[in-house]
Order: sequence, then structure tokens, then C-alpha cells
Amino acid sequence: MGEIKKDMVEMKEAPEGYEGRGFFATKLDSVIGMARSNSLWPLPFATSCCGIEFMATASTNYDLARFGMERMSFSPRQADLLMVMGTIAKKMGPILKQVYDQMAEPKWVISVGACASSGGIFDTYSVLQGIDNVIPVDVYVPGCPPRPEQILEGVMKIQELAKSESLRRRNSDEYKRMLEGYNIEVSK
Amino acid sequence: MSELEKKENPYLVSSDTIDGEIATLNLGPTHPATHGVFQNVLQIDGEKILSAEPTIGYIHRAFEKLAERRPFNQITPITDRLNYCSSPINNMGWHMTVEKLAGIKLPKKVEYMRVVIMELARIADHLVCNSVIGVDTGALTGFTFMFQQRELIYDMFEEVCGARLTTNIGRIGGFERDFSPKFIEKVEAFLKEFPAKFKEFDNLLTRNRIFMDRVIGAGPISAEDAIDYGFTGPNLRAAGVDYDVRVMNPYSSYEDFEFDIPVGKDGDTYDRYMVRQHEIYQSLSIIRQALDKMPEGDYHADVPDFFLPEKEDVYTSMEALIYHFKIVMGETSIPAGEVYHAVEGGNGELGYHLISDGGRTPYRLHFRRPCFIYYQAYPEMIKGSLISDAVLTLSSLNVIAGELDA
Amino acid sequence: MEQKYSTIIDSIKVKHPDAIISAEQLYDIPCIHVNKEYMKALVMDLKNNFGFNFLTDLTVIHYPDNKGNELCGSYLFHNWVDNVRLRMKVFISTEDNHLPSLVGAYKAANWLEREAFDNFGIKYDEHPDLRRILNMDEMDYHPLLKQYALEDESRRDKDDTFFGR
Repeated sequence: MGEIKKDMVEMKEAPEGYEGRGFFATKLDSVIGMARSNSLWPLPFATSCCGIEFMATASTNYDLARFGMERMSFSPRQADLLMVMGTIAKKMGPILKQVYDQMAEPKWVISVGACASSGGIFDTYSVLQGIDNVIPVDVYVPGCPPRPEQILEGVMKIQELAKSESLRRRNSDEYKRMLEGYNIEVSK
Repeated sequence: MSELEKKENPYLVSSDTIDGEIATLNLGPTHPATHGVFQNVLQIDGEKILSAEPTIGYIHRAFEKLAERRPFNQITPITDRLNYCSSPINNMGWHMTVEKLAGIKLPKKVEYMRVVIMELARIADHLVCNSVIGVDTGALTGFTFMFQQRELIYDMFEEVCGARLTTNIGRIGGFERDFSPKFIEKVEAFLKEFPAKFKEFDNLLTRNRIFMDRVIGAGPISAEDAIDYGFTGPNLRAAGVDYDVRVMNPYSSYEDFEFDIPVGKDGDTYDRYMVRQHEIYQSLSIIRQALDKMPEGDYHADVPDFFLPEKEDVYTSMEALIYHFKIVMGETSIPAGEVYHAVEGGNGELGYHLISDGGRTPYRLHFRRPCFIYYQAYPEMIKGSLISDAVLTLSSLNVIAGELDA
Repeated sequence: MEQKYSTIIDSIKVKHPDAIISAEQLYDIPCIHVNKEYMKALVMDLKNNFGFNFLTDLTVIHYPDNKGNELCGSYLFHNWVDNVRLRMKVFISTEDNHLPSLVGAYKAANWLEREAFDNFGIKYDEHPDLRRILNMDEMDYHPLLKQYALEDESRRDKDDTFFGR
């Protein structure tokens, strides 16, 4: 305990900009992107085996909290990142979509494991062959189940995406068309 | 509550018990407190549960149909995903089923090796369950403690088979390789250090006044009801029935080991917790005995039909090449017959009912999944209790969605 | 062990000569083939007088080539006092796919029978709540019957011309 050692605390680099005496000017996009990427609130949508690996990721040894994800949000309304982990059966599909609908923009989706990404070994009548049939996905993590390191890597990829995303993206026509392609109502 | 308030917020009405109104609460399928995907539609009067209507099948993956399309050695990965908290037990159970059908006699060493792996898996399974009971009562510390220890068990599995969770460990007829010295070293270190760490967890919860007040009397079930509902495993033993497949129908040389079967009395959450706690100590003792008594010998049975030959032989000898091809392509012939084999899984009697018509795949494979059978008692168990107790009951039953829905 | 099995089967046979069609030994478990009409009474007697206090498993097997006896209801009982398992089989046809429900005797049979109904479409008479359990309610077939494919037939993303299926 005691005082925090300075060199153990990692300070985030400020985005590119113009610096002078008493001022610093940069793009709004970059500042917001930096803030977003380090304060993502994940919603763990864990259904099966990958969920157990996620428990390992979130607990002591692998410690997801190192990346600014201390706070799991179990309510979709306060979440930024939907982490789908495990098999999604057809019975579950509509519920997943509803959860996605309830999340506020901006939102990202990470599909953890083979089952969520493509159905995995369960090419059967009851399993949804990849959650991208129902909702758009930003990052896929392969593995059955992926190791905690892989899940961390996937989350960090999402952070990169969030960091470099343009503020206009969610209002663009392409984005709206994509959502319409999934039959998801575009939020006003 | 005024009429206006009622009108504007229809959901508020439900908490108004003065009128004796009954509310419907939808718990799940993605509720954080349910540890998996089960839906329970509760009828509640205030906090009190009047009835519950469970819906399952949210991760139904058609294991049984899938197994009818796969050669015998390719079914092991499916069994991994039944109770994924203790996959090695499922793997071994499946191997033993096929061995029973094909009449394969195993060297004693393989059976002892299996016991070591299975008991490690049982510890991992019970650790998850008990630390999650802690989380549901608001004690997160134990969870973080125990997950560190569980990682050690996963390290050991990795040493044996290369995977952490879905292990696909062992082969029909034995193991793919002998235990490495590194593995033995790790188990020895675990046996030495884990009990002290586990004691710490024990001290945190077991005699903790707050914890005891919280869990004693939550979700009880009587022995008669438990038997009627088909309970097995720790949940049945918590109700005071000393049924354990390892003792009743010993497999894999369990009859060679000395161990106790802990039983509870009331079948409530505390008893289930205690039974699992004590089983962890028993498992440690079994592992110790197995390591001490480990006989010399081969790490697999002499069954070229099932056991992959050495890679070097595949390149140099014709016979090995043929066997290799046959196994990899799933063309091994298995006698026709019908066999049932049960092992004591993390949650109870895990049975494999295998019907073979002599073809390359099972004609039918049915899994007796303990979770599926005992989860049907859940509405009965939580009737009249509080919602928070219902959550505790669910986590102490250790219902694993993968096993529930198959 | 063998001795114990044969005496139990013999005593069941003596008591229920009409019910039992034949008996066989499936590895370590004895198996009796039973007439559907007498099944309920036999099960009650097994539970109350023969000590088979535990219904371990209940499942169905589909033999499409076995004309007239396509479906086989298979039950596994366990006597915990003497540690004897007993398998019971009842063959029925697809046209008359009714079986008596065992929920009255063993509560564990409830979901197991629902699962069997879901997968094979067997109608358990007097079952309190015979609905689908694992699959979606909208499903219009019983998937574990042998004539249905494992894979989802509505899939379009797998083009056979490229996958050589």
C-alpha cells in the first residue's frame, strides 16, 4: 500500500494537436475517441463455455480492469460494448437482438468464440450460424473457447476502433443502411 | 399509491401488495444473477415468490443428433461442452463408455491417471460453484481468491493436453501421452499449497455469521423429494442421501481409494455449499492416494484400433499407417450393442446411453444430464421464498446451461 | 452379481407373466421388453415392491426400419438398496405413438418425457404439461427422428457446388 509509484501508472498519450504556451488544440474526434476507448462499459452476454473463460478473463489472473473496463454493465442501457460469448441458439436470437436494440449509440459488438462467430462445431438445426445473422459485429475472436489473452486482444481491438472512429460515422447513410439491413430500427 | 401514479407507471402497481395484487417478474434469460441462460417467469406477491415457470433450451445445441453423425473419437469434443466447468470428467466418462462397449481392458496406470485428472476437474467445478455462491451473497473476495487457484488447475490441464477449459483430454484406450514430470511437479505443488489457500476461503465464508444467516434455510429440499425428482451428486447428498456413483458402481478403480462421502441434512443452500467444500478436501486426498499408489506401466491400452500409433511409425510402418488412417477417418469398427455407463460428474450421475449398430457412428447416444433432471425441481424449491433466495438456490444447485440444454 | 439379476427378473416374470415379452442382458444391465398395456401397473409394482426407487433415465430410440415397432421408449430404473439397475423397453408404432406417463410414479419423468416429446413426438398420456422444452415452440417437426437432417435445411450460405457435399 502507501503511495502509488508514478512509473506504474500509465498515462494515455494525448492525441495529435497543436501545443503552445497555455493551450492545446486538437480535433474533437480524437479527444472523444480517446475518452470512449478507455471507458468502455462491457455487457457480458455469456451463454456457455466462452462465458467461463470470460469469468477467468475478468477475475484475478488476467484482470480485464487494466484496460478501463472495471465496470461490467449488466443493463444494456448503460453499456457500450456487447460481448457475446458462447453459442446463440435460434431460440436466443431474438433476445440477443432485443438486447442490442436496447443499447444506446455508440455501441460496439464483439463476438467471442467460434459458436458466436459462425456456429462453430454446432452446425445443427437449433443453433444460429453466427450472430452476424442478427446483429452487426465489430470484432470476431476465434477459438473454442478462446484463451483469456485472446479475449483481451479482442477487447483491445475494440478500443482501437473506438479511438479512431469518426463522430459522424453513426449518423452516416452507410451506417443507417447497414442497420436497416439487419432490420434494426435506426435511432433518431 | 394514488390512482394517477398507477396509471402513469403500470409497473409500479406490481410492488403494491396492499391490494394483494400479484405481479409477474421475468427473471432471465440474460439476467446477471442467473449465471447462464434460463428464464423464470415468477409470480410474486411483493418479494415473495408464489410460483415460477422455467423455460429452458436457450442454448440447445442438438448434441444427441450431432453425435449420430460423428465417429466415436470425434464425440469427445462434444462431451467437453456438456458441463464445461469439469470437461475432463465428461471426456473420461465417454471414453469409458466406448471401452465398455468394445470390451477394452485398461492398464491400472491409466485408471489411476484418470482418477487424478477427474478429481482435479471436480475441484475446479466445485470451486466455481462455491465461489459463485459467495458472489451472490455479496462476498466477491472469495471469488477472486479461488479463481486464482482454479487457474493452477487449468495450467495442469494445459500441461497434459494443451487446452484449458474444453480439454478433450485422453483417448479411447488411455492417454495420448504419459504425465510429464512438469505435470507431476505442478500437482505436487498444488497439493502442498492449495489446502492453506482453500482454508482461507473456508474461513471467509463457512462460519461467517452474515453468510450463514443468508444461506441457511434457503431453497431446501427433503430427501424424499430429491430422490423423486431424480437428484444426484452433491445436491442429493446435501439432502442427506449418500448416493455416489464412485462408491455404488465404482469405475476407473475408485474402489482402490479411501474417501468419505460428505452428506448434509436439510438440503438447503448451506448444506449444498458444505458438501461441495468437503468434497474438495476428499478429492485432494484421492489425488494424493492416486499419485502415491500410481503403478508402473503403459499409459494406454494395447488397442491399435482406437489408439493412434506413434507419428514416427506412421511414416515407416505400413500397419501403423493403416491404423492411423482408419482412426482419423473414423472407420474403426465397433461391435453392435447397447451400453449404459455412468460417472460421478461435477453435478451428479452423468450417464451415457450408447446404442451402436456396428457402424462408424453411434446409432443413438443419449446423455443423462444431471442438471437437466434436477433443475425441474427448482420451481418447487423456491415457492414461498424471496427472490434473493431464489437466486442463491439457483447458484447453489450449480445448473450449467450447457449440460441443461445439451 | 449375475445371480442377483436373474433372480430379480425371474421374480418379476412370475408376478407379471403378461407384461413381459422377453428379457435380455445388455452388458451389466438386465433389460425387459414390456407390453404397453401392462406397463403402468408394472412400473408401479417395480417402484413399490421391487425397490426400484429411482428413475435414472428415460429416452426414446427411433428404428425406422422396424415396421410396426418404430419407436422404442427406454427406461432405466435403479434399486439403491440392492444396487441393481434395470432397463425397460416398450416398442410402439409411429401411427399410435402414445405411451403412459410416469410422472405419477416419478416426478423426474416430467421433463424427461417433455424432452422425448420434443425430440420424437411421443405423446405421453396423462402428462400434466406436455409441451416442447428444448426447441422453439414454432418448430413443426420432431428433430431427432431419423428422417430429419441434422443441419438446418433453410440454410442458404452453403452452396453444394463449391463444397462437394
